[in-house]
Amino acid sequence: MPAVSKGDGMRGLAVFISDIRNCKSKEAEIKRINKELANIRSKFKGDKALDGYSKKKYVCKLLFIFLLGHDIDFGHMEAVNLLSSNRYTEKQIGYLFISVLVNSNSELIRLINNGIKNDLASRNPTFMNLALHCIANVGSREMAEAFTADIPKILVAGDTMDSVKQSAALCLLRLNRTSPDLVPMGEWTSRVVHLLNDQHLGVVTAATSLITTLAQKNPEEFKMSVSLAVSRLSRIVTSASTDLQDYTYYFVPAPWLSVKLLRLLQCYPPPEEGAVRGRLTECLETILNKAQEPPKSKKVQHSNAKNAVLFEAISLIIHHDSEPNLLVRACNQLGQFLQHRETNLRYLALESMCTLASSEFSHEAVKTHIETVINALKTERDVSVRQRAVDLLYAMCDRSNAQQIVAEMLNYLETADYSIREEIVLKVAILAEKYAVDYTWYVDTILNLIRIAGDYVSEEVWYRVIQIVINRDDVQGYSAKTVFEALQAPACHENLVKVGGYILGEFGNLIAGDPRSSPLIQFNLLHSKFHLCSVPTRALLLSTYIKFVNLFPEIKATIQDVLRSDSQLRNADVELQQRAVEYLRLSCIASTDILATVLEEMPPFPERESSILTKLKKKKGPGKVPDMEETKKERNSDMNGSTEPVSVNSSAVTMSTPSTSTDLLGLGLAPVLNSVAPASAGGSLLVDVFSDNSPAVASLAPTAEENFSSPRIGSADVVSDDPAAAVHDADELVNKFVCKNNGVLFENQLMQIGLKSEFRQNLGRMYIFYGNKTSTQFLSFSTAVICQDALKTHILLHLFCITKQVDPAVDGGAQVQQILNIECVSDFMEAPILNIQFRYGGALQNMSVKLPVTLNKFFQPTEMTSQDFFQRWKQLSIPQQEVQKIFKAKHPMDTEVTKAKIIGFGVALLDMVDPNPSNFTGAGVIHTKNIQVGCLLRLEPNTQAQMYRLTLRTSRETVSQRLCELLSEQF
Amino acid sequence: MIGGLFIYNHKGEVLISRVYRDDIGRNAVDAFRVNVIHARQQVRSPVTNIARTSFFHVKRSNIWLAAVTKQNVNAAMVFEFLYKMCDVMTAYFGKISEENIKNNFVLIYELLDEILDFGYPQNSETGALKTFITQQGIKSQTKEEQSQITSQVTGQIGWRREGIKYRRNELFLDVLESVNLLMSPQGSQVLSAHVSGRVVMKSYLSGMPECKFGMNDKIVIDKQGKGTADETSKSSGKQSIAIDDCTFHQCVRLSKFDSERSISFIPPDGEYELMRYRTTKDIILPFRVIPLVREVGRTKLEVKVVIKSNFKPSLLAQKIEVRIPTPLNTSGVQVICMKGKAKYKASENAIVWKIKRMAGMKESQISAEIELLPTNDKKKWARPPISMNFEVPFAPSGLKVRYLKVFEPKLNYSDHDVIKWVRYIGRSGIYETRC
Repeated sequence: MPAVSKGDGMRGLAVFISDIRNCKSKEAEIKRINKELANIRSKFKGDKALDGYSKKKYVCKLLFIFLLGHDIDFGHMEAVNLLSSNRYTEKQIGYLFISVLVNSNSELIRLINNGIKNDLASRNPTFMNLALHCIANVGSREMAEAFTADIPKILVAGDTMDSVKQSAALCLLRLNRTSPDLVPMGEWTSRVVHLLNDQHLGVVTAATSLITTLAQKNPEEFKMSVSLAVSRLSRIVTSASTDLQDYTYYFVPAPWLSVKLLRLLQCYPPPEEGAVRGRLTECLETILNKAQEPPKSKKVQHSNAKNAVLFEAISLIIHHDSEPNLLVRACNQLGQFLQHRETNLRYLALESMCTLASSEFSHEAVKTHIETVINALKTERDVSVRQRAVDLLYAMCDRSNAQQIVAEMLNYLETADYSIREEIVLKVAILAEKYAVDYTWYVDTILNLIRIAGDYVSEEVWYRVIQIVINRDDVQGYSAKTVFEALQAPACHENLVKVGGYILGEFGNLIAGDPRSSPLIQFNLLHSKFHLCSVPTRALLLSTYIKFVNLFPEIKATIQDVLRSDSQLRNADVELQQRAVEYLRLSCIASTDILATVLEEMPPFPERESSILTKLKKKKGPGKVPDMEETKKERNSDMNGSTEPVSVNSSAVTMSTPSTSTDLLGLGLAPVLNSVAPASAGGSLLVDVFSDNSPAVASLAPTAEENFSSPRIGSADVVSDDPAAAVHDADELVNKFVCKNNGVLFENQLMQIGLKSEFRQNLGRMYIFYGNKTSTQFLSFSTAVICQDALKTHILLHLFCITKQVDPAVDGGAQVQQILNIECVSDFMEAPILNIQFRYGGALQNMSVKLPVTLNKFFQPTEMTSQDFFQRWKQLSIPQQEVQKIFKAKHPMDTEVTKAKIIGFGVALLDMVDPNPSNFTGAGVIHTKNIQVGCLLRLEPNTQAQMYRLTLRTSRETVSQRLCELLSEQF
Repeated sequence: MIGGLFIYNHKGEVLISRVYRDDIGRNAVDAFRVNVIHARQQVRSPVTNIARTSFFHVKRSNIWLAAVTKQNVNAAMVFEFLYKMCDVMTAYFGKISEENIKNNFVLIYELLDEILDFGYPQNSETGALKTFITQQGIKSQTKEEQSQITSQVTGQIGWRREGIKYRRNELFLDVLESVNLLMSPQGSQVLSAHVSGRVVMKSYLSGMPECKFGMNDKIVIDKQGKGTADETSKSSGKQSIAIDDCTFHQCVRLSKFDSERSISFIPPDGEYELMRYRTTKDIILPFRVIPLVREVGRTKLEVKVVIKSNFKPSLLAQKIEVRIPTPLNTSGVQVICMKGKAKYKASENAIVWKIKRMAGMKESQISAEIELLPTNDKKKWARPPISMNFEVPFAPSGLKVRYLKVFEPKLNYSDHDVIKWVRYIGRSGIYETRC
């Protein structure tokens, strides 16, 4: 390449530059530049033609002035002239000027393009290189349009020089980046692939970059590059460090090329051909082996280059995820790096391990490093490294080590850097939930979390605790106790007050028996925190108080006093004031049964993807959360070559509740908040029930949740190939729904089935929500309702699918909805069975549950006077018509609860009918298509003996019996 | 109040740094340098706010003076102080230059200690300062002298010491005006014009004289006119001028000015600026500029400029300079002028035409051919205005000194014994004509 000889140096330029440098002030500099510009203008304008040298000199000056930040609006023509000169130096300056000051003047562009074209066509390699560099530097669309056809030809032509090929490949790469749509694919692509075999390593390096980019665009076309890349790689890896001469960098043979080849291989799944595969494995092994060898040089460049290749190899191994042996070795190698002196290496090792942890082969191997990682968390000086350590801990966590990891993270949290606290909090919350074997542990952990890092605990976290506590009745008592104890600390975080307020409001009664946490003490404890809290928390506490009114009638007066105080009733905040006023009125006028209904315990929340997880994902961006299953899934789809996007974000399928449902019911219980709100749109946050103005959430039936053991059934029962084998038993489930219409019908580890139903006369409609609790898709999902033969004649069921045909695939975390229309033809005994089949993780899952369609659902309540009642009672005096049952109470005998249950059963509760006020009487009509059956009932509790006597009289014997069976189970 | 004062050279190196308040940290010095002196875009505003700190700067040749404060101060006061500071420095060591500042840094710190106290401006009267801040070696002062200084500095008349004696009582009075103008292209319409003037005095008077200054202020003349005959009011009405606003040296008794509009004062010794004023009405424009620009094709421009002097033929204007801007793509200029010298200055992108002297009621012209280089730029030339510089021996505002009386009751010299000199100088400020 002709170098700029000394005599070629431009003295005028040097003088000008030194003049500028010597300027004392900005003004002086501007003056000097103006003078020079005027001089150049007069020179360019002059009639005398300038020789190449002075043209070059002036163009250089212009370039210099432009780079100083002044506008240059002339000289382009001269530069284009230089472009067509035959001297290298002049051409070079011309190209330099053009690539720095591109001008969109169409005339000029044509001239420039013409000049470039000429140079490309010339056989002079330096000129060709200059032209290619200019195209790449400008990289504009116009350039791309003009030259994308030519460059591939130069690239693959047999007689092109190596250096030109190199430039051409890089130029094409650049054009592909700026305007990918313009780069044509064609027969040259296959020949480009063969450049991987080129003897010149520079060409190979450039070509590898190009191929990698193109292969990402259309992998099929470059498929054969895999075997070539493998063979090239193996040649490099096995070569001695001296073989490659110029391309050996500090004893590492061609590190850049190796890295690029490994990257290229990451565009493809593991090669299928055995030989190629073997060779690749060999290469990777060699790379791993080399890492073990003692370093050939002490220089940092040597280890850097070596490690770069190594890390790229490891990411290829992770990408392939097929060789357990390699994965484990990679993991061990990274394990060594975890204790390396170099912070960068430790960082990289932690980062790579995060992805390794998600592979099933190496998960165990990664787990062996847990101590080191925990140590890193504690001792690492760089916060970004600590952050990676947290990520890795999160990724390697599973059921076996969850307790330890969560404990460590909690420990660390106390001293953690502020920037990563929130993330750690989220992670702890997720891990605690995900791997909770024992929910008391979960509650402890989260309360601890709030205590340690209250400010960083986002809303979602405490929402989640409450969701879980409400849905798991086995921890309710415990959590009430724990929260109560936690609240006794002199200073506790506001989030804790919120959780405490909510939980005590719901389950304070469970610990009220203990004199240390009597109702009054609970209330005083909460109220002592009241004034230190922000408005939303106070609002929540007010709701708690009104719930206390219901739970503990004995402190009603105290609470009313508090509500009545000026600081509440005349609070400046509208929300607080309104709540205080409304709650006060409610507590004053409402009868106990209305209070009991309105302030009934929260119904269980529908299961859905943890909102915390959503939050974490949002924070990190999808795909960055090293969730095992997800990454795994993504990888699988990659490997199958499918391009179908796998939805990671699981709130994709959302159903809206038909808003008319409550009106349809017409049951008159006004502000019913649908307790089973199907996954509300997008955000899937817990509905903050307290922020709603209706004082509390009332489900239709007054059943207290804890009265029924929740229908959790271990997965072992469910996973069964034999249909009909596991009808989830049965009466227990159905009983739960006798007195209420909405709730969770069934739940196991895989899915949750929620119900919402409404009945009117002999017709009913049931909304069934199937929620996928896992993060994996259910495939070939199908449902069927089976009625036993005997039942068929009595009840007609029409199954409607809202989502056409219930989508055979249910995405992880998603919910699908079905509507079931029911018509009661005549009275019936058995309940229909819902059969669900789907494929999860390869195994066919089959489960059956009884649908809670019971006869009493078709009740219409009938109000009547005492006289009427006894008149009818006497009319139904045939022995078959009466059914009587005496049974022992299974639950505490609470008048209010009983009343609510009777109303929930469907009959009208008749007050003041029975001469004995402690007795309950009810009346209603059962509507079927064929007949209507009047029904009267009487329930006589005996509190001393803890017994009930239930008497039912209906016009049909079967009906009486069935109703008696159903109702007697409720008390 | 002023938190600190810095003086920089053109490179932004700090020559003098004096901090008066704790809220100004060291980084303030750098902040000003980075954001103002070395700013990418030239900072044109004299007040810059950086991180809630205000910087007020003035520039004297290559030297930057910057006052810094974090408080909400009266900006006019700060600038007044900065100008005063410049005056004081000039009075002590002449031209403000990097060299002089470096040579006199001890003196400057001494001055800064005296004229600013905790950021509050103090006595900045050069005459007074010179009595106790001297450039000579310290000579031990007698107790009397010391007490005299104290009483003077703290007394009512801080600007003049007692016991001054001159053999010849002399007074010099200069009326210095600068006239600003913006004219429309056809030379027919004045778009804006105003005169800002100063009355500068040099007094060498013995004792504690009481002076009274009178000029043709319209209000005063009209008031007198009412009192006396109609005749005088007619003749003086033409002569009087309307002063838009004025400011006085601290020695002028403002109460008297407010009530009687008479300017009476006990003058400081030596040179001082008695008053400043501004007028906008009935301005005598000393020169008319008539430009003629013709574009001949894309590559040529013909310019013809005529200037006419518009004052008494007996008077001579001096140092006349006309600056005709040229387009940015000028590649060559040919100039022909009858009088003076004209030259194309490429470094300033202008043709500069200089005439040494020119009498009143005369006319002169210049014509130039400008060759242009065709460019790809579609931007049109903005045609900046033609500007002019000159000096004339009269006051363009029409101000006349009517009298300057001196009374010294204690010493035995009267108004007649004082020798008085009056001079008028009118200069151009921004004197532009659009073309």
